[in-house]
Amino acid sequence: MPPPTPPPHDAVHSEEFLHTLMRRQLKLSIACAMAFLVVLLGLPLANYFAPELMATRIFGFTLTWLVLGVLFFPAVWAISWIFIRRSIWLEEDEVRQVKNHREEN
Amino acid sequence: MVNSPLLVAASDGFLGGIDPWIFGFSFITVAMTLWMGFRSAKTSKTASDFFVAGRSVSVGWNASAISGEYLSAASFMGVAGMVMSSGYDALWYPVCYACGYLFLLLFIAGPLRRFGAYTIPDFAEGRYDSPLFRKIAVCFVLFIGFFYTMPQMKGAGTTLAYIFQNITWADGSHGLPYWVGVVVVGAVITLNVALGGMKGITLVQAIQYWIKVFAISLPVFILMSVYGFYGLHIGANQTQVPVAAVAGVAAGETGVSAPGHTIERKPLVEKAPKDTIWVSPFGPLTTKAVNAAAAALPAEQRPAYLAEHQRPYSLLYTYSLIIALVCGTAGLPHILVRFYTNPDGVAAKRTTMWVMILIGVFYVFPPIFGVIGRNLMPDLYLGVGSKGTDKVVLELPTLLSAKYGVLGSILSGITCAGAFAAFMSTFSGLLVSMTGALAHDVYGRMLRPKSNPTERMIAFKVAAVLIGAVAITLGCFVEFLEINFMVGQAFAIAAASYFPLLFMSVWWRGMTMKGAATGMLTGGLCALFAAALTNFSTLALDKGPMGKVFAGFAPLNGFWAQHPLLRILAEQPAIWTVPLALALMVVVSKLTVKNVPGDIRMKMLVLHAPEKLGLKQEYIQEQQAGAGR
Repeated sequence: MPPPTPPPHDAVHSEEFLHTLMRRQLKLSIACAMAFLVVLLGLPLANYFAPELMATRIFGFTLTWLVLGVLFFPAVWAISWIFIRRSIWLEEDEVRQVKNHREEN
Repeated sequence: MVNSPLLVAASDGFLGGIDPWIFGFSFITVAMTLWMGFRSAKTSKTASDFFVAGRSVSVGWNASAISGEYLSAASFMGVAGMVMSSGYDALWYPVCYACGYLFLLLFIAGPLRRFGAYTIPDFAEGRYDSPLFRKIAVCFVLFIGFFYTMPQMKGAGTTLAYIFQNITWADGSHGLPYWVGVVVVGAVITLNVALGGMKGITLVQAIQYWIKVFAISLPVFILMSVYGFYGLHIGANQTQVPVAAVAGVAAGETGVSAPGHTIERKPLVEKAPKDTIWVSPFGPLTTKAVNAAAAALPAEQRPAYLAEHQRPYSLLYTYSLIIALVCGTAGLPHILVRFYTNPDGVAAKRTTMWVMILIGVFYVFPPIFGVIGRNLMPDLYLGVGSKGTDKVVLELPTLLSAKYGVLGSILSGITCAGAFAAFMSTFSGLLVSMTGALAHDVYGRMLRPKSNPTERMIAFKVAAVLIGAVAITLGCFVEFLEINFMVGQAFAIAAASYFPLLFMSVWWRGMTMKGAATGMLTGGLCALFAAALTNFSTLALDKGPMGKVFAGFAPLNGFWAQHPLLRILAEQPAIWTVPLALALMVVVSKLTVKNVPGDIRMKMLVLHAPEKLGLKQEYIQEQQAGAGR
C-alpha cells in the first residue's frame, strides 16, 4: 500500500520545511564524515611528521600497519552504525512533525 | 583428466601437468555459476526482472550480492600482490575500498534510492529533465566499466595461466598463454550474462561473496598456524638496519626470532624492496616517480634530490590515491545500480551498513598473503606479467605440500576457486550494468523508443556479446599492468565524473544541467586521459611484443623522469580532477542560473523527505499530468 498523497498546500511544500530537512540531514552526514576524515587524512600526516612513533612495534606490527590494516575497519563500522541509527531517527522525527502539523490545522 | 592429443604427460607426476585438486575446485565454481545462470534464465521474463531483479531482494541477500560484486580480482588477488610488491602503501587500497562505502552511505545512498530510477543515466535525466544529459551519463558507464573490466580480465588470464602452468604442448612449449585464459573466461561469463540477466546474478553474486570469504580466510588461518602469526611475519621486516647487517651478514637470510616463534625467511631476491622501505610508509609504490627522476641525475646529486623530494611527493601521491578510492566507490556504475534493488531508502542504508561489515571482514585477509609471501615465496618478485606477485594468493598455499602433502594442493585449489568467483562476479556485474546502459538507454531510449519488450530482450543479449568482446580484447593488452593499479584508475575516473555529479545533484539545488555536464565531462575525461597516458608509457617499457605496439609512447618515460611531479599527477589524477570537476560545476551553474529546473523544490523534497510522507507518488502523478496536457 503506497502512503497517502499529501494535499497540495501541505506543510511539506513550504520552503522552510525543505530547508530544515536538508540542513539536518547534511549536518549529520558531515559530522560523521569529519570523524572519519580526521583519521583517514590524519594518518598520512602522522606517518610524515612522526615516523618513529608510527614505527613502534606492537605484537610485531608497526603501529601504523596495525591501525591501517586492522583497526580501521571496526572504526568505520562504528561510525556507520551511529549514522544509520541517527538518520533513521531523523526520518521518523520528520514524519512525526508533519503529522503533528496536519493535525493542528 | 586432460588427455588431448596436443598434450603429452609432463614430468612432475600430475596428470597432464595439471594439479587435479586445483583444476577440480575451479571447475566446480565455474560450473555452478553457469548452472545458476541458466536456471534463473527460465524464471526471469520481463525487462524489469533483467535490470533490477524486480526490486524484490532482501537486505541480507542484497548486501551479500553487492559485496560479492564489489570484491573483484583486485581485492582477491591484486591487494595481496601489491602488498607483497610495495608493502605498507598498498594497504591504502583495501582500506579505501571499504571506506568509500561510508561516503556512499553518508551522502548518496538514501536520497538516490528515494528518487527511484533504474540507472544513473535515469537519475541524470530525471534530475535535470534533459535527455541529452542522459547520453553523456551513459558514456561514463561505458568508460568506467571498460577500465574496470581490464583488471578482471588480467585476473582471469593469470589464474588460468597458473592452473595450466605445467602442461606441455606438442611443439615442446610449456604453459598456457595469458590471452587464452582471458578469452575463455570472458566468453563463458558473457554467455552467462546474455542468458541469465541480473535475477540470476543477484543470487550468484550473494553466494560468490561467501565463497570468496571462505576461500581467502581458511588458507590464511592454516598458513598462519603453520608458519606464524600475521604480526610475526611483519616483525621479521626490520625498521632499522640491524647490527648483523652492518657486520656483514645480510638481513633476512637468518631466522628472525620473536617470543616463542621463529620465522624461517627465504633470502630476498635482488629485485625485492628492502625491509625498511617495504614496511614503512612512503615506500616503493608512492616514490617510484621520484626514484626514476633521481636515477636520471648524476650519482652525486641523487642523495640530496631524494632527501628533498621523496617524502613530500610521496605524501601527495598518498592523498591523491585516497581521494580517488574513497570518492570513486560512490561513482562506480555497477555498485550504484544495486541500490535500486532495495525496497526503500531505509533498507538502502541498512544494506550499505552490512556491505561495509562484509567487505571489511574480507579486506583484513588479502594483505596477510602478501606479507607471508614476501617471507616465504620471494621468487615471485622475479616474475613479470601473469607470473609475478599478482598470483601470490594462488600459489602460496602450495608451500604446505612440503609438510602436509595434498593439503597444499587443496588449499591452492580453494584460492583458485575464490579467484574465479572474484573475477566472474565482478565481470558479470559490470557486464550487466554496461549492457543495461546500451540496451536500456542507447537502444530502448535513443535508437528505437517504440521497440517492444521482446525486441529489447534481444537487444540486451546482443549488447552483452558486443561488450564482452570489447572487454576481452582490452584484457589481452594489460598483462604487464598490476591488477590493483588498474582498478585504482577506474576509481579515479569514477571519482572525477560520477561522484561530483551525484554529490552536487543531491545536495545543491542550484545545479544546472550545463554545470553538471561541464564538470563531469571535464573531470572525467581529464582523469581518463591521464590514466591512459600512464598506462601507454608503462606498456612501452615491456620487452615483449606489447612494448612494440606501444613503442610510440616510449619517449614519454624520459619526460616523466624529468618531471616526477607531473608523473604523479598523471598516475593519480584525483587530487586535481575531483576539485576541478566540483569547481566547474559550481561556476557554470552560477552562470546558467536561469536553467535550474522549475520544479527543483519538488525534486529536492523527493530526494530528501522520508518516503512515509508519500511525496513520490505525488511527484509521479504531477509528471504524468504534465505529460498529458
